[in-house]
Amino acid sequence: MRIPCPHCGERGNDEFLYRGAAGLPRPPADATEAQWHDYVYLRDNPYGSHRELWQHVHGCRRWLVVTRDTRTHVIAAVTDVSMALS
Amino acid sequence: MTYSVWRIAREALRGNSGWQPAWRDQAPKPRYDVIVVGGGGHGLATAHYLAKLHGIANVAVLEKGWIGSGNAGRNTTIIRSNYLLPGNEVFYEHSMKLWEGLEQDLNFNTMVSQRGVLNLFHSDAERDAAARRGNSMRLHGADGELLDAAQVRTMVPLLDFDNARFPITGGLMQRRGGTARHDAVVWGYARAADRRGVDIIQNCEVTGIRVEGGRVRGVETTRGYIGAGKVGLACAGNTSRVAAMAGLRLPIESHVLQAFVSEAIKPLVDTVITFGAGHFYISQSDKGSLVFGGDIDGYNSYAQRGSLPIVEDVAEACVALLPCTGRLRMLRSWGGIMDMSMDGSPIIDRTSVEGLYLNAGWCYGGFKATPASGWCFAHTIAHDEAHALNAAMRLDRFATGALIDEKGAGAQPNLH
Ligand SMILES: Cc1cc2nc3c(=O)[nH]c(=O)nc-3n(C[C@H](O)[C@H](O)[C@H](O)COP(=O)(O)OP(=O)(O)OC[C@H]3O[C@@H](n4cnc5c(N)ncnc54)[C@H](O)[C@@H]3O)c2cc1C
Ligand SMILES: [Zn+2]
Repeated sequence: MRIPCPHCGERGNDEFLYRGAAGLPRPPADATEAQWHDYVYLRDNPYGSHRELWQHVHGCRRWLVVTRDTRTHVIAAVTDVSMALS
Repeated sequence: MTYSVWRIAREALRGNSGWQPAWRDQAPKPRYDVIVVGGGGHGLATAHYLAKLHGIANVAVLEKGWIGSGNAGRNTTIIRSNYLLPGNEVFYEHSMKLWEGLEQDLNFNTMVSQRGVLNLFHSDAERDAAARRGNSMRLHGADGELLDAAQVRTMVPLLDFDNARFPITGGLMQRRGGTARHDAVVWGYARAADRRGVDIIQNCEVTGIRVEGGRVRGVETTRGYIGAGKVGLACAGNTSRVAAMAGLRLPIESHVLQAFVSEAIKPLVDTVITFGAGHFYISQSDKGSLVFGGDIDGYNSYAQRGSLPIVEDVAEACVALLPCTGRLRMLRSWGGIMDMSMDGSPIIDRTSVEGLYLNAGWCYGGFKATPASGWCFAHTIAHDEAHALNAAMRLDRFATGALIDEKGAGAQPNLH
């Protein structure tokens, strides 16, 4: 699997660190335990398109939001996290 | 038909004309007392124990492909009960005991081979951790033995003992551990369940779960609607997808794990060995192939195939541990989809939907659990409450904080 980093170009996935689903809404500090439980532990785990966080640790060290199909590993889009989540 | 040496002799004389299919090919009935979704080892074992121990034989196992087409037919077949934490170790030791009597129970040769499982260590700190785990195993009634380097050397002389970076200083040995033939486990449970009246229905994918008034009523399938008093999910890597049909969102990510076999060679490894300085394990099949694997790829996947960095990583670990394998050719590799739970331990529990039960979160270690998983899941379904053996494997432990964090890796599935 190769990930096209917007800063460094296409690189093998072993240059990257995986951090799971992107864009999970972080609860406010005074949120209930139930909200924190959902945030920390529960996942949609979709069969198909998945927005996920990868860090280019052996490259530019930027965090990226990758949209990838979990059935085929085909990557549809990659954005720097500052663009994706702003 | 009971299998025996007499039956073989008789069939030999009759030109093998009397063998019958090991299980019936059933069309779904309109309704069952219990439907088990997923015809892997766990689903089939659940059906067997429901019929055998709880008198519930009006059961169907629904499988979207053929039985054993998932992880049950893709794993590296290692069985062991060498866990540290109380919530796990009682359960896995129960499984080991069931393995020890499985062939008699099922009247099927599951080729359980207690060739031992040897966890190597390479430093004093690792030795301490192994001693602690070994003590925990023995306190739970399992066997465990701490071996020094000389003892390991007599068993497996071709390991790289004096490696400059990771010298082998000993190992934790569980002699009752070993391997079993994965396909035979599937077929043996299927045949035994079928003989007690369970319907095994293949090519029947569950596409919806009907819930009315908070209670499960049945399942929609590619072969029509089937009513059910209770529904048990044993879908391994596809658990999140199936549970979502009942509105459940789970503490699970699906990840791919690869495995490999080499070309066949003469006997080299007569036990199961795990490397302590990397994630790598190896055994040798009866055909002579080395069977080995390592880490999960580490990203969400339903693809049943992984990528090349893991192939390289596993091959490197193999040569680091057994330099004599350097010229050996890899014959095949494949992947399976792991239901990675957030603390790395399984879930066997009821759910918030009445009559709907969950068996999941097996990560890459659920083959050894097959007998106990089916045994405990059958109990949980039949009695609507957990048995003491799976009491800690609760779905709500992520909310209460009573995690079974065997590896100390927290809520990061790709680190387990
Ligand atoms: C490469 C690899 C190596 C492994 N090595 C080991 C090992 O050495 N030791 C060990 O203990 N464990 C090992 N495991 C883990 C072990 O194989 C699994 O944890 C275990 O097999 C999971 O339980 P199961 O057998 O019921 O799963 P599966 O065989 O995957 O059964 C689940 C079934 O559910 C079916 N299903 C899914 N969705 C639906 C639906 N909607 N409708 C109907 N049916 C459905 C699937 O088709 C599948 O047949 C390994 C796994 C892999 C992939
Ligand atoms: Zn980069």
